[in-house]
Amino acid sequence: MKPAPFQYLAPRSIEETVELLREHGEDAKVLAGGQSLVPMLNFRLARPAVLIDVNSVTGLDGIEVEDGTLSVGATTRQRTLERRLSAGGSGAQDGGWALLGEAAGHIGHLHIRTRGTVGGSLAHADPAAELPAAVSALGATLVARSRDGEREIAPHEFFQGFFTTALRPDELLTRVRVPSWPEGTRSCLLEVSRRRGDFAQVAVAAVVAMADGRVVRAGVALAGVGASTVEAPDVAAGLVGEVPRPQLIAELADDLCARLDPPSDTHGSAGYRRALAGHLLQRALLDATSPTGAAAAA
Amino acid sequence: MDVQQESVVDPAAAGPAAGVQEVTIRVTVNGAVHERPVPVRTSLVDFLREDLGLTGSHVGCEHGVCGACTVLLDAEPVRGCLLFAVQADGHEVTTVEALATGDELHPLQQAFWEHHGLQCGFCTPGILLTAYDLLRERHGVSEAEIREALSGNLCRCTGYQGIVRSIQAADESWER
Ligand SMILES: Cc1cc2nc3c(=O)[nH]c(=O)nc-3n(C[C@@H](O)[C@H](O)[C@H](O)COP(=O)(O)OP(=O)(O)OC[C@H]3O[C@@H](n4cnc5c(N)ncnc54)[C@H](O)[C@@H]3O)c2cc1C
Ligand code: FES
Ligand code: FES
Repeated sequence: MKPAPFQYLAPRSIEETVELLREHGEDAKVLAGGQSLVPMLNFRLARPAVLIDVNSVTGLDGIEVEDGTLSVGATTRQRTLERRLSAGGSGAQDGGWALLGEAAGHIGHLHIRTRGTVGGSLAHADPAAELPAAVSALGATLVARSRDGEREIAPHEFFQGFFTTALRPDELLTRVRVPSWPEGTRSCLLEVSRRRGDFAQVAVAAVVAMADGRVVRAGVALAGVGASTVEAPDVAAGLVGEVPRPQLIAELADDLCARLDPPSDTHGSAGYRRALAGHLLQRALLDATSPTGAAAAA
Repeated sequence: MDVQQESVVDPAAAGPAAGVQEVTIRVTVNGAVHERPVPVRTSLVDFLREDLGLTGSHVGCEHGVCGACTVLLDAEPVRGCLLFAVQADGHEVTTVEALATGDELHPLQQAFWEHHGLQCGFCTPGILLTAYDLLRERHGVSEAEIREALSGNLCRCTGYQGIVRSIQAADESWER
């Protein structure tokens, strides 16, 4: 038995859960898939007095489309997302949402994705995690509930830094809402990691909508290059209205990389990460803007 | 199936925010129902090994990296070290012990025997269940798919060649 003692609670409804969170606040941790939290408990890096297991809460999981908006419940398993939303490879014409399936497929191994949840990955906010980058690129909205009610949070406000989010101790992440992207949208997620299933050294998520050969909307975010998920609104803005020529893409990637401040650790130096980010960003954008998506296949 | 309704885990039964440190759980393991009290911080794999004596599931890293503790929870492969036994209340667990029938090895196990799919055997239970999940509903899996599935199970002995060959052989020999 590895974790320090805790009290275990398994609420059944969202109302009950937020009630318990209000009561236990800082002393409590939400237990979702447990794929990040339980290792931390086993190492005793986390010693919460109370665990609130949300796996039996009704209305917290599931993937729905409401008025053209995709709504993914917090306890939806990563493997479910991968199965339901993959478009069979990068760059497919997919309305953008396949980026989520693509990102989920890069998380750990299938055993991990069977249990790990969408909400857990977002709330954990590992700077090298794929799903936070995907929801950022897609311009999603995170929905948090407390006893006081519901609030909607944009990704750049939600991801505040190293394993830090805008969630208050009494708040439960309930779902993530992803807007629809226009017809002609393609997405691409590229990642380099040391071994299959490892966190990304660098990952790039890109979504691009094209009409008549020009970019009409774009979203770009990177994992592994900062203290948190890094959105690249300048790259997106630089593409909109333009014909996405390789020259332009290379310039935008260079500009971004010059401004990045990636970490140096055992998984890669800052210089290596910066170079990787530049290459992956170019390839992802070429792929997402090409009609065949062949650019990144190499 | 909804045994959680009447168990102490239900906070409504234990008082709104009381919380518990020990719970009586009812789990179906390899087809048999077990009802036992268990401290809430006991992992599923420790429960299987120590409380039920099912020592086929191994414990390696206890933080989700090695896959030695792989079991099937409601027919899907999970890390037994990252799940508390209390979370399996009302669910079905399958361990490596369910594969053989008496002395007769499962076709997967037979293939591992014949194609050098193991050396020390520490990783083998987890790998067998991962392979079982991969092949159960599929025929003709590619080597790439096999290696992708195996990425979640560390083997320090074999170099994986024999494991991949064994799974390919089982794909042919296992009638399903
Ligand atoms: C071997 C291994 C490899 C991995 N590889 C990767 C990888 O490549 N990429 C990757 O992104 N991740 C990876 N992970 C971690 C990933 O699998 C986790 O699933 C994810 O980080 C957390 O999700 P979870 O559902 O397991 O959450 P938990 O571990 O249960 O919780 C994580 C944190 O989020 C909080 N939380 C969870 N749900 C909510 C909610 N609804 N509201 C508020 N707070 C909440 C918890 O309190 C806790 O602090 C890996 C894990 C392992 C063990
Ligand atoms: S013991 Fe569970 S993954 Fe290593
Ligand atoms: S056979 Fe020894 S670890 Fe795989």
